[in-house]
Amino acid sequence: MLSPGKTISSRLLRPASWLPFRLCPERTAVSSMQKELIKKHELEKDELRPLYMDFQATTPMDPRVLDAMLPFQVNYYGNPHSRTHAYGWESETAMETARKQVADLIGADPREIIFTSGATESNNMAIKGVARFYQAKKRHVITTQTEHKCVLDSCRILEAEGFEVTYLPVQNNGLLDLQLLEASIRPETSLVSVMTVNNEIGVKQPIKEIGQICRSKGVFLHTDAAQAVGKIPISVSDWKVDLMSISGHKIYGPKGVGALYVQRRPRVRLEPLQNGGGQERGLRSGTVPTPLAVGLGAACSISQKEMEYDHQRVSMLANRLVQKIMSEIPDVVMNGDPEQRYPGCINLSFAYVEGESLLMALKDVALSSGSACTSASLEPSYVLRAIGADEDLAHSSIRFGIGRFTTEQEVDYTAEKCIHHVRRLREMSPLWEMVQEGIDLKSIKWTQH
Amino acid sequence: MAAATRSQVISLYKMMLKESSRFPSYNYRTYALRRVRDAFRANREVEDPKAVERLMEEGEQMLALIQRQVSIGKMYEAQRTVVDAP
Repeated sequence: MLSPGKTISSRLLRPASWLPFRLCPERTAVSSMQKELIKKHELEKDELRPLYMDFQATTPMDPRVLDAMLPFQVNYYGNPHSRTHAYGWESETAMETARKQVADLIGADPREIIFTSGATESNNMAIKGVARFYQAKKRHVITTQTEHKCVLDSCRILEAEGFEVTYLPVQNNGLLDLQLLEASIRPETSLVSVMTVNNEIGVKQPIKEIGQICRSKGVFLHTDAAQAVGKIPISVSDWKVDLMSISGHKIYGPKGVGALYVQRRPRVRLEPLQNGGGQERGLRSGTVPTPLAVGLGAACSISQKEMEYDHQRVSMLANRLVQKIMSEIPDVVMNGDPEQRYPGCINLSFAYVEGESLLMALKDVALSSGSACTSASLEPSYVLRAIGADEDLAHSSIRFGIGRFTTEQEVDYTAEKCIHHVRRLREMSPLWEMVQEGIDLKSIKWTQH
Repeated sequence: MAAATRSQVISLYKMMLKESSRFPSYNYRTYALRRVRDAFRANREVEDPKAVERLMEEGEQMLALIQRQVSIGKMYEAQRTVVDAP
């Protein structure tokens, strides 16, 4: 007996893979908790950390970003809004430099950048702020079904306040139908909110075209660009975007900071969520955290310099991963449009394998089946359902996130483990067996619980 | 100031690689090594003495940054990841 723990746990892991579908939610909930515990114990025993393949959830901080931040965590601690002494002035200078770095990355004016606590706050501010400011005349907001939770939830709040919200469906490739958007805009529509790059499937929406439609109809356009900024070239003036949300920790910057771009000409007005000292042009009261703002600025400026280099490398690694996996195992589906996408976010569905089982088996690779915010729930991703993925394929999806610090070795390791475990799990799956015998699974009538 | 000589460039290159290889974190280490190599390779053809001087200055600053970040990395070392196992 070399490692008794492993043998036991692999036995414990087995029954779950016989349940490729969630036939009995209560039982799977318990067993997935047990599986998680086992996984934790094993990792502690091995004293090795899993490799990181979840760059859409968050990214490690770039050492260059930390280096820029540290002076402001140590000696330069002044309040950037203090106007009466040098401590304030030096912090203010640093904050304004950071503001310019953020603005430069998206082709904006520094005065159009508002520091926030992250993309969630930016999204809340933009959607609720604009809708509430113009509510006297316009009480309709348009968004899509594949938006991030914080956009959808902000819209729900607006609905509760009496606004009307249209949640547009997307096509099977994840892209928004422009004609449908144009037809949905009404005279009382104040805002359209569409994300630039989807966090789960990596699909890139045609924001430039959407911007043109919105501008011609006199409707404001907000875009959640948390997954796009610093990764693809962005120009707010070219795209005719009126508001844009930016996140720090998705671009190798610190957590807890983000920004909202608010266009000045034509002016976009919004009602602030947070009131107080009137910082950030009164739109976001509260002291700007200088070290975090400096970190965001540094991350933006590095991303700008490294964009081409990073993009080339991420594309290369993504191709390597997809090709390795697809050439070895059949019935793997890539979710989302194959062309209009950011290559670093790869969402694959492994037919006849349950995603959660595969995640548990791939315990030494940090992966996710979708958004981190909803990773605790057993429901299949609403994004995958919105693109029309079958329930079973939505349950068998895994998101691979590749970034600046990913290596070839990590990609190869992940691909190998993935191939091995998908094969193993399929061999145990009665569904796979039936498919091999030529039975059409769709023709089977499953009994209802 | 005269433009940096070939030997000065090579010496900076070697110093940067040596320092990069000291990052305790697997991902930072491999990235730094790769990025330094690629940057020097990309600027191989630069002849203009002013440009060379500016690049050398940037390189010196980056070397100091790597040294600081390696020290910090060493203070808060974490377990190795599975691909970094010896």
